[in-house]
Amino acid sequence: MAELKFIGGYPEYMRKLIDVVHKTRTKRKDYTPKAMTMKERDEVLKIHPDYAPGGKRALSIGLNKGDMTPNEVADLIEAYPLIQGNEVHLTKPDYTVDLLIIGGGLAGTSAAVWANDKGIAKDKILLVNKLRHGDANSIMAEGGTQAADRENDSPSRHFLDAIGGGHFTNKPDVLRKLVEDAPLIMKWLCDLGVMLDREEDGTFVEKSGGGTSRNRMHACKDYTGLEELRVIRDDFRNREIHYLEYNPVIEFLTDGNRVTGAVLYNLETGDYKIVQAKATILATGGFGRLHVRGFPTTNHYGATCDGVVLAYRVGAKLRDTDTVQYHPTGAAFPQQIIGLLLTEKLRSMGAQPVNKNGEAFVFPLEPRDVEAASFIQECYVKNKGVVTPTGMRGVWLDTPLIELKNGEGTIEKSFPGMYRMFKRFDLDMRKDPVLVFPTLHYQNGGVESDPQGKTNVDCLWVAGEVSGGVHGKNRLMGNSTLDCLVFGRRSGISAAEYLKSDAKHGRLTLDHMKNYVTMLKQAGINTTRKAPILLPDYRGKAVLARMIDVF
Amino acid sequence: MPEKDNNIMDKIAASNKSVVTGIDEKDIEHWITISILGSEHKVPAGLTIMQAMEFAGYRFIRSCGCRAGFCGACTTVYRIEGDYRLKTAMACQTRVEDGMYLTQIPFTPAERATYDINKLSPGIEAFLTHYPEMLRCLGCNSCTKACPQDIDVMEYIAAGKRGDVALMAELSFDCIQCGLCAMRCPAELAQYNYAQLARRLYGKYETPLPEHLKKRVEEIEKGKYNEELDKLTKTGTEELKKIYVARDIEKE
Repeated sequence: MAELKFIGGYPEYMRKLIDVVHKTRTKRKDYTPKAMTMKERDEVLKIHPDYAPGGKRALSIGLNKGDMTPNEVADLIEAYPLIQGNEVHLTKPDYTVDLLIIGGGLAGTSAAVWANDKGIAKDKILLVNKLRHGDANSIMAEGGTQAADRENDSPSRHFLDAIGGGHFTNKPDVLRKLVEDAPLIMKWLCDLGVMLDREEDGTFVEKSGGGTSRNRMHACKDYTGLEELRVIRDDFRNREIHYLEYNPVIEFLTDGNRVTGAVLYNLETGDYKIVQAKATILATGGFGRLHVRGFPTTNHYGATCDGVVLAYRVGAKLRDTDTVQYHPTGAAFPQQIIGLLLTEKLRSMGAQPVNKNGEAFVFPLEPRDVEAASFIQECYVKNKGVVTPTGMRGVWLDTPLIELKNGEGTIEKSFPGMYRMFKRFDLDMRKDPVLVFPTLHYQNGGVESDPQGKTNVDCLWVAGEVSGGVHGKNRLMGNSTLDCLVFGRRSGISAAEYLKSDAKHGRLTLDHMKNYVTMLKQAGINTTRKAPILLPDYRGKAVLARMIDVF
Repeated sequence: MPEKDNNIMDKIAASNKSVVTGIDEKDIEHWITISILGSEHKVPAGLTIMQAMEFAGYRFIRSCGCRAGFCGACTTVYRIEGDYRLKTAMACQTRVEDGMYLTQIPFTPAERATYDINKLSPGIEAFLTHYPEMLRCLGCNSCTKACPQDIDVMEYIAAGKRGDVALMAELSFDCIQCGLCAMRCPAELAQYNYAQLARRLYGKYETPLPEHLKKRVEEIEKGKYNEELDKLTKTGTEELKKIYVARDIEKE
């Protein structure tokens, strides 16, 4: 095939289709398709990957036996541990601490800071990271953080929006704390020096998000997670709290129904370390890198479901594992950035989803699952999508509308990250629309907890994406960074209170792991699969086929 | 004609295959040659540096984080054969080019001060106390040229030297802390750490808490919403649905 001719970053044939979008723009500027009724939502959701047939199976062992779960997740839960048990020595722990925190995203880092604030000494806390401290989905959060802090808004409204977006499956007592703490978290962020977007009069810039009835999205341009995380991490470092990098947990240690420590594996040197801890907070994030149903993902390299796998082995209860959040607007072109996130805030600021005929076909701010399903419908049922040179289908997100509605220069000012990303590949989103298709974004369910982040396993707390319940079966934009900040804080404080109540260390055993292996065998699960997988593998097939292990 | 739902899922998975499981050799039309750490590799044209390294057989532990341009882990330096200039990039955000020879910088050794933000004030004193070496800046602009985010690093350092915390914070806002500025600086500065301090000083001291937030925090602390929230928490699904559908939606 001859080389495609590119004009302004797009091949010639796509350029012609873009002209249709240009021509219809003025007409669409003041037109917004009506939001769907509940019935219409249910109808279109049938085509959402969560509801379309296939792709899931019932778990065959453990507390959630019978629960439907994506095959990719079930494969890891129904897998054998990375260690046998006899190769690690548990008698002399390498680290003896009060509080072990697993995962250094927004949730884990906040938990450490708050526990330290509540009196747990810096050298009695250990934060372990699989990659670098801060390599997490948190740092990639673009759009914002919700908090009901304006006159016409209230925590109760925030509650309603979130539970409606979650199809009324959220755990109410946990959700209540999310919305009630949100303004307090905003104050905390300001006190730390987070640069939230401000109006000229000093009030916050607040935008709407999919499924919100009030404008309560606080952002730091389109680098919200980056700004929040780098500031909290800076505070963490000023407190000189101990942390390790490239040392993921590969197994918990237990004493009966209690987590008492963990086995760390050094990814670079290959040796293990034993941590003994009185309390443990699990904040390992989500599972985008499992590529559920073959979808690309917005997630960072280490998002491989480790936390859920490890917690399930010690008997933690999971919930809402049957749903996965696909973000409606993942990049579909160019090839180099397929699946990467284009923040919902683009639609909050006026960008419109448009099909190949130049028609605005859906209300731009439906809850994410509804919006995503409508894109799939447009591309695969109505055949009104645009096909890329690599065979992907997508719909346009008409970004020049943002400039038309808010004035020239808005995109560079409000979306420097997005603008920069497209510019690197010769596309100008100020002048041309960008092509989008749903991408795997978020683990809705996870380990169940109470409003303090406490799980059903003694001395084990969870916070952030690894937890389940607060978002039910679908999360709204701006509630994930908030989830991390609220429950990072709550779990940190709750663990600190527990520690101050004269908590003692427990025995260090791998009994739970041996029991789990017995369960696997009894359920007839004969597989060579091992978990957690720690990292995905994208090496070229030709190289993999010739790989040999000689030292 | 509408397709069966599970066929649709299969089709979507098939169209995403190259991103999810790696590109198939038979689908590759154009090849280029790059050199990774001195070894030549033939890789498909059009991949990012990161994808090309993986295609060549490298499995990342370091030098790979968010894979989307936000975390600064995949710092890369390279030259193109025949061009004397040293270039910098994020491996996940840069297309490979024929003749590129590259290495990655997995870690930046850089001095970082420990401070209590509550005891500082926004101005030159904070920098003189914690980062006096900032004054050593030679104004050579190597930092700006190295920045993969196109930040005017030299300009924000100049602002810092004048004690202009606001400008320093604003100019440095898009920093992903990859450390390339510090690695290129002949005056041995660690610019990105100074910028972190500037942004916190600006955020904390030069943008006061909005009144509406203060008021809401007070209300919550006094328990103003307790009753409402108690009630909502206990409301059954059918009733909640009614309240949800009936709620009014604010215009932008």
